[in-house]
Amino acid sequence: MSKGSTEALAGRRKFLGLAAAGMGGVLLAPGIHLIEVAQAATPEVTSKVRWGLLIDTTKCASGCTDCVSACNSENGLDPKPSPTSAQWIRKVEIKEIKTGRQASLPVMCQHCAQPPCVDVCPTGASFKRADGIVLVDRHSCIGCRYCVMACPYKARSFVHEPLTDQKPDVPRGKGCVEGCTLCVHRVDRGGTPACVEACTKAGHEAMLFGDLNDPDSAISKRVREVASRQLRADLKLDPGVRYLGL
Amino acid sequence: MRSEHFQHIEPRAFWALLAFGGAVTLAGLGAAHTMEVHGHAITGMTNQVVWGLPHVFAIFMIVAASGVLNVASIGSVFGQSAYKPRAPLSGLLSLALLAGGLMVLMLDLGRPDRVIVAATHYNFTSVFAWNVFLYSGMAAIVGVYLWTMFERRMNRYSKAAGIAALVWRFALTTGTGSIFAFLVARQAYQSAVLAPLFIVLSFAWGLAVFLIVQSAMYAWNGQVLPEAVRARMARLLGVFVAAALYLVAVYHLTNLYFARQGDFEAFILLGRGDPVGVFPALFWGGYVLLGALLPMALLFHPRGVGPNAMLMASVMVVAGAFALLFVFIVGGQSFPLEIFPGHEVTSSFADGQVELYVPRWPEWLLGIGGLGAAFVLTLIGVRALDVLPHDELKP
Repeated sequence: MSKGSTEALAGRRKFLGLAAAGMGGVLLAPGIHLIEVAQAATPEVTSKVRWGLLIDTTKCASGCTDCVSACNSENGLDPKPSPTSAQWIRKVEIKEIKTGRQASLPVMCQHCAQPPCVDVCPTGASFKRADGIVLVDRHSCIGCRYCVMACPYKARSFVHEPLTDQKPDVPRGKGCVEGCTLCVHRVDRGGTPACVEACTKAGHEAMLFGDLNDPDSAISKRVREVASRQLRADLKLDPGVRYLGL
Repeated sequence: MRSEHFQHIEPRAFWALLAFGGAVTLAGLGAAHTMEVHGHAITGMTNQVVWGLPHVFAIFMIVAASGVLNVASIGSVFGQSAYKPRAPLSGLLSLALLAGGLMVLMLDLGRPDRVIVAATHYNFTSVFAWNVFLYSGMAAIVGVYLWTMFERRMNRYSKAAGIAALVWRFALTTGTGSIFAFLVARQAYQSAVLAPLFIVLSFAWGLAVFLIVQSAMYAWNGQVLPEAVRARMARLLGVFVAAALYLVAVYHLTNLYFARQGDFEAFILLGRGDPVGVFPALFWGGYVLLGALLPMALLFHPRGVGPNAMLMASVMVVAGAFALLFVFIVGGQSFPLEIFPGHEVTSSFADGQVELYVPRWPEWLLGIGGLGAAFVLTLIGVRALDVLPHDELKP
C-alpha cells in the first residue's frame, strides 16, 4: 500500500470517527436532556415528609360538595357521575342508628401507611411514595381490580369507559384503576390539594393539609391538641387522613 | 381392546363438536373484544361489584382444574389401580380447564393487552402474583406428568411427577382461596378457612367434571364403566360433596358467632337488606339443595348408583358450584363495606347500599367462551392422544 493511500485511509478513519462521535452526540444529547427535564420536574420525595389531611366534620355541612366539585374539575372527572364513573372523593352522610347523631364528611383515598391496595397489586402498579402518597402507575396497571377488592374505604375507581379531554397533569385511561392522588401534581409544586383549597376558599375551613412528620406544621399541632380518629382504625393501616368530631 | 377403538370419537361427530366448541369460544373472544373497545361499562359491573360473572366462571374452572387431577393422584400416588387408567384424561382435563379459566381471567382485565406487564412485573406480596407462578407451574408439572404417563421409558417417573402435581395443586388451590382469604376489607372474606374450603371444593367440582366428561366420552365410544369402579367413584364424589358442605357450614357458623358479622350473614343467608333475595335463593336452593343434598341423596342411595344417577349428581354438583361462587364472589361485594359501623350511610358512590349486579351478555359470552375453550382442548386431546381408560366395550 503506498504512502498516499495510507494517509487517505487514515483521513477516512478520522472522518468516520468524527462522524460517529457527532452522530452519537446528536442521538444521546436529547435523551440526556430529557432525563434532566424529567428530574427537574420531580422534586425530591423523601420519607421525612408524611402528607396528611385533617377533616373537621363539625365544620363540614351536609349537602355541601365544594370539595367534590373542585376535585372533579381539577382532575377532569365526570361532574355528574353514573354508577360506573370514577369518584375520587365523595360526600358521605352518616347517622348513628342508636343515637340518631348525624354527620357529613368527605371520604377519599386515606393514603395508608400500610396500604392493602399496594400489598395486593400483582404488578406493583399500586405504590406508596416515600412521602406517604398512595398512587397508581398507569403504565403498569393491568386493570385486575384486586386493589378495589382490597381497599376498606371504597377509595378506588375502575375506569369503565374510554376517556376524552383529559388534563395534562392527570393522566387517566380506560381499563385502569385510579383514586385520589392528593393532587400530587400540585403538592409537588408546593401547592395544596384542590379539595382543601376549595373548602378553605369558601370559608368552611373543614379541611387541613400538611406534613404530619413536621411537629410545627398546623396539622401536627391540631392533631396533638384535639382528639381525631382514623376510619377503620381497627385494621391498623395507619391512614394519613384523620377526622375530627366523629 | 382393539386398537382402533382407543378414544375414537367418530370423525363426523368430532368435527361437528369441534365446530360447536370453536363457535362458543369465538363468541367469548368476540365479547372480550367488545369489552376491550367499549370498556366494562357495557357489562353489569360497577365500582361496587368489580368482579362479576367472568370471575365466577374463571374461578370455577381454575378450582376444578386442580381437583380434576385427583383422579390421577389417587391412581399414581395412592396406588389405586381402578383410577390409574383414568390418569391421562384427568391430566388433560386439568390443562384444558386451567387454560379456559385463565383465558376468562385475562380477557376480563381492564387492560388485557398488558398481559406481558403481568408476566414481567411482580409484586411478591400479592397473592395474584404468586398465582401467576402457581398457574404456570401447574401447567408445566401436569405437562411433565402426562409425558411420564404416555412415554413408556418415562413411566417410572410417573409417581414422582404425580406427587409433585399433588403438592403443587394443594398450593394452587390454597392460592386461589387466599385471593379472598387475605382481603381484610370485606365481611365476606378474610377467613383462614377459605384455603382448605377451596381445596375440598376443588375435589368435589373436579371429580364432578371428570365424571361428566367420562360419561360423555364413554357414550360416544361405546364403552361402559365397570360397576365396581362406578360405585367407588360415586361414593368418593359423595364424600367430597359432604366434606365441602361441612366446611361451608363451618365458615358461616364462625361468622354467625361474631357479632360484627351478623349483618353480613343475615344478608347472605336470609336476604335481609336485599330487595331481590337472589343470594339466599342461590345459596339454599342452588348450592345447599341442588349442589349438595340432592347429589348426596343420589350418590349414597342404598340401592346403588346407576350411570344416569351418577351423571345427574355430577351435573348438580357443577350447577351448585356456580351458585356458591356467585353468592361468594358477587354477594361478598354486593354487601356494602362497613366503613362506619353502627351508622346508616348514604352517598353518591353507593355507600351503605346493597348493589344489584345483573350480568349482561358480554360477561355471559366470555364465561361460556372459557368453557368452550376448555371443551375444544379436551376434544382435541381426546382425539389426538390415548387418554381414555380402556374399560370394557359394550357387548
